[in-house]
Amino acid sequence: MRRVIKALLTAVWFMILTFPVMCIKVNSIDNTVNWYPERAFWLGVGVFVMALIWDWCFARKSRGLPVLSLGAIGESMGNALRRLQEQPHYRGGALILLALVMLAMPVVSSIYQTNIMISALLYVMLALGLNIVVGLAGQLVLGYVAFYAVGAYAYGLLHQFFGLGFWVCLPIGGFLAVLFGLVLGFPVLRLRGDYLAIVTLGFGEIVRLALLNWPSLTGGPSGISNIPRPGLFGLEMDINISTIYIYYLVLAAVVLTIIVISRLKNSRVGLALQALREDEIACEAMGIDITRVKLSAFALGSCWAGFAGVIFAAKTTYINPSSFGFMESAMILSMVVLGGMGSIVGVVIAAMILILAPEYLRAFSEYRMLIFGAIMVIMMIFRPQGLVSGERRKYKISALQKKTLEGRS
Amino acid sequence: MDIQFFIELFFGGLTRGSIYALIALGYTLVYGIIELINFAHGEVYMLGAFTALLVAGVLGIYGFPFGGILIVATLAAIVWCAAYGYTLEKVAYKPLRGAPRLSPLISAIGMSIFLQNYVLLAQTSDFVPFPNLLPEMPFLDSIEVLSPSNFLILLVSTLAMVALTVFIRHTRMGKAMRATAQNRKMALLLGINADKIISLTFIIGSSLAALGGVLIASHMQVINYNIGFLAGLKAFTAAVLGGIGSIPGAMVGGLVLGLAESFATGYFSGNYEDILAFGILILILIFRPDGILGKAKVQKV
Repeated sequence: MRRVIKALLTAVWFMILTFPVMCIKVNSIDNTVNWYPERAFWLGVGVFVMALIWDWCFARKSRGLPVLSLGAIGESMGNALRRLQEQPHYRGGALILLALVMLAMPVVSSIYQTNIMISALLYVMLALGLNIVVGLAGQLVLGYVAFYAVGAYAYGLLHQFFGLGFWVCLPIGGFLAVLFGLVLGFPVLRLRGDYLAIVTLGFGEIVRLALLNWPSLTGGPSGISNIPRPGLFGLEMDINISTIYIYYLVLAAVVLTIIVISRLKNSRVGLALQALREDEIACEAMGIDITRVKLSAFALGSCWAGFAGVIFAAKTTYINPSSFGFMESAMILSMVVLGGMGSIVGVVIAAMILILAPEYLRAFSEYRMLIFGAIMVIMMIFRPQGLVSGERRKYKISALQKKTLEGRS
Repeated sequence: MDIQFFIELFFGGLTRGSIYALIALGYTLVYGIIELINFAHGEVYMLGAFTALLVAGVLGIYGFPFGGILIVATLAAIVWCAAYGYTLEKVAYKPLRGAPRLSPLISAIGMSIFLQNYVLLAQTSDFVPFPNLLPEMPFLDSIEVLSPSNFLILLVSTLAMVALTVFIRHTRMGKAMRATAQNRKMALLLGINADKIISLTFIIGSSLAALGGVLIASHMQVINYNIGFLAGLKAFTAAVLGGIGSIPGAMVGGLVLGLAESFATGYFSGNYEDILAFGILILILIFRPDGILGKAKVQKV
């Protein structure tokens, strides 16, 4: 009962709080006011329900239980995945099934679906790249989209001025993005946490503004158009075939990204990155060269954004600065946050959900950014480790002992 | 050099700077107490401008006397923004006290996106004309370089800053705030209710942001749902420039940034105005992260 009263009070409070913005609309041209009292009512009902759930979640959280049914789904998904990983038969089967579905997708579905899937896969790539910097190394970068822009503009400009093709520009775009990552990385080495976030945000904005205000080079707000789609040994392709081709290209790129990152995670560099995330000072005390590790985090992260940028430019054939705003960065960040920092599977699932859900649930697409924002808050409060928490490689002492025993006999 | 032009730019910069200072105070107050960059602070400022617009619109249409509209709309904006700030803290930051430092920051970014889209969906994505609420001030006619809105902004923001300084320096609550900023645990031991103080900080910061929002909106005469992002970043730059956590620092930083922007736009080009602000931000954070008036912090292990 106390909870219900509390939720009621919360609902009333929110109704008053949101009253002006929600319920009044002023039309200053014909001087009329539109009132929407019903909005306040529905908001009150919504807040009442939310407040009850919120309270219940808190009660569970304080008792140390897993919170949120979403979290529970994540938990069971994580468990299922773990079981999959432990049993090579199932794992192989699941992977083959997934591979078949992904390979067959453009053939069995329409071009429209394939296009959506391409952009989802591009975001998977971006989210995985950002996951290296934010998830593994713990460096909150808010200007990630700048590297994406660098890749895209690298292709656009190199094509425009030098007539270079896609396959030449792909490595160049990646390389330029790495270069930008290092340019950003060097000065911010000393910064940590929130200051780093702000500086990278400023950096991202500077890149966008520079693209916007340099019309002689970048075409300013109107951007660059007529960027060619990727070629295949000079074959002529119509738009449908070319879309399917790009789809396979992105798919291959994503698979490559996943392989590289999962290899990276438990490598010397990857472990150093995770040590950096856990505690910078302790990490330094363990003899890890912080400068090198941080720079390699930036370089590794921005490289994928560069590749994704080149592919993006080739896919849309048209780029302009408005594709590279802060909201993109925030969206990629929310994928990493939702998926679970440092978890590859989680981030892939989260990126897919966040891109595909608004595409297929049209009614919901208007509320996309609203929900992204809410997800970031709710995840941080109730499930900071994300849907699928990042697995750490564990060394079991018993296995070691067994080995040494075997060695002796 | 054209002295008239120079003075115009000077006052323009001062006006801009005092708005930045008003918003920067919110960042600095919050950072001083809970060491969090309240990313959603710019959105509170935007909500202030919108609340004032809506209230003023309603009052204007139902024939409220003109002179009162500005005052009532401003008060409404301040009250509602204080409530928004208070709620923001309770919902998004309070549950994360004691969490790793990145968590509240991400939560703040989420809140900022949420609030922007909340206004976008509930209101509109277009630029909305803001009614001209400022009274005529005939005595200013002899001074050509100072427009009524500039004059009012300077006057009001100076008053607000003086009031804040007096509040922080001389009242019990202000002392409690300073004590909490210095050492939260010690303040708790001395019987200061830290939760209340944190709420109070958000309320004060948000009220100042609302005031800034109303003033700038009536100066620019047009608002939009994402004005908070840029203004917030610039105010944050101002706060860092002056030394984050320091109240006089935020005021100085705001004025310096405003003047720098104004002169740069006047003597060079307007295109790079925003780049200038971000450039300053990055340079300051890299070379003197403690700002002009901030004290150097020793990193403890």
